[in-house]
Amino acid sequence: MNVEIVTSDLLNVATLVIMGITGLAIARIRNLFAVVMLSGIYSLMGATLYVILDAVDVAFTEAAVGAGASTVLMIGTLALTSDREKATPNARAIKGLFVCTLIFAALVYGSIDMPLYGDPSAPVHNHVAPRYLGESMGEIGLPNVVTSVLASYRGYDTMGETFVIFTAAVGVLTLIGRARRKKGGKDGGSGS
Amino acid sequence: MMMRRKMVLRVVSKLLIPFILLFALYVQWHGDFGPGGGFQAGVIFAAAFMLYGLIYGLGTLREALPSWVTRLVLSLGVLLYAGVGVVCLLLGGNFLDYDVLAHDPLHGQHYGIILVEFGVGLTVFAGIITIFCAFAGRAAADVNPHDPEETARAGDD
Amino acid sequence: MIEYEFPGLLNYWIVFLLMMIGLYIVIGHENLIKKIVGLNVFQVSVFVFYISMAKIKGGTAPILADGIEVYSNPLPHVLILTAIVVGVATTALGLALVVRVQESFGTIEDDEVREQEEQDG
Repeated sequence: MNVEIVTSDLLNVATLVIMGITGLAIARIRNLFAVVMLSGIYSLMGATLYVILDAVDVAFTEAAVGAGASTVLMIGTLALTSDREKATPNARAIKGLFVCTLIFAALVYGSIDMPLYGDPSAPVHNHVAPRYLGESMGEIGLPNVVTSVLASYRGYDTMGETFVIFTAAVGVLTLIGRARRKKGGKDGGSGS
Repeated sequence: MMMRRKMVLRVVSKLLIPFILLFALYVQWHGDFGPGGGFQAGVIFAAAFMLYGLIYGLGTLREALPSWVTRLVLSLGVLLYAGVGVVCLLLGGNFLDYDVLAHDPLHGQHYGIILVEFGVGLTVFAGIITIFCAFAGRAAADVNPHDPEETARAGDD
Repeated sequence: MIEYEFPGLLNYWIVFLLMMIGLYIVIGHENLIKKIVGLNVFQVSVFVFYISMAKIKGGTAPILADGIEVYSNPLPHVLILTAIVVGVATTALGLALVVRVQESFGTIEDDEVREQEEQDG
């Protein structure tokens, strides 16, 4: 049992490190096609991490949506625009690094009195979760607690999320749904 | 269409698509016992159609799945979700309180969850397909400015 | 009680680092597609932060079965599950806006777009 826990902790940190390397590559590389593929890899590593962290439903969604659908959409956008990024001016990069360092310091400061990773006595695990885990079999009757919470206990939330997807699809249709009748815009349309 | 001559892609995708659709249905209806549910199933179902569109062209995809169908399914999913809530109200319960849907509250909960997850699946499927076709339609209009038929079919949404 | 304190807070700090990589990609680059990729990186990192708070050492996935005592917390899983799908929907909306920017200005570099706007008054 103990060996399993140690292995999962080590895998957790190793996956996070791989995600960090992928993220740095995304920040450095200027070929946007490579950037989009790397962002797919980043999502896929995230899905792997969710399996290690026991969130199988989330991992499933991330692998299908984050790594699959959104990568296809981004490649579609690249086909309509350009796949080269021009060099970032140094001044902007330094400003960005400065801001990020400040925020990172603030986040670390804020995390110091957080409960440790995997601590069963953390406040999150002692408020509503025991009710869901203990009573949902008698109240809903489904073994998958995530589905019970998603569709029944918090069904109203999920309805809102469904409406957001509906609205986003309608918004995309409004923005680019119709094929252009004439070349619009100041520069005579696209440069692709 | 560039893909017309890629025999391997065409044959393999034709073999794969039925299994992807079957897997999506399994994820949809088995979501209450194992990992899965409407969100994942909708995306996987849409992925099968996206693969079809990528290999055979947007015009062929739109013949199999006209734009009025996706638009209808997009709104049907949301209506189904909200409709289950309204039916619960009419039967004397709270909004989205599935206990009243059947004589046994546990059965009511089960019916409610299955219907609601189906609504989510429909909306997610149609939403992803709609978004994909909007992007692909733009691209087709760019590539084929002199082929009015292709452009008209592609930009039909 | 947990038997040893690895990775403890270090886990959260690595996740913060991932978030900051995402934020840097957003504010340190002019290219709009790269900004959206950066937002995605930031988003996945926040999801990882949430999910790692739900983990209990020695627990399993929250699918009830006989003979299992410890489950990880299902509530953050639910929140993140829906957030992922909403995330891709909003990403698609952002990408659609990028396509429109490209069509109107002929470029997706933020500074060039701003220059053109200033020239036009």
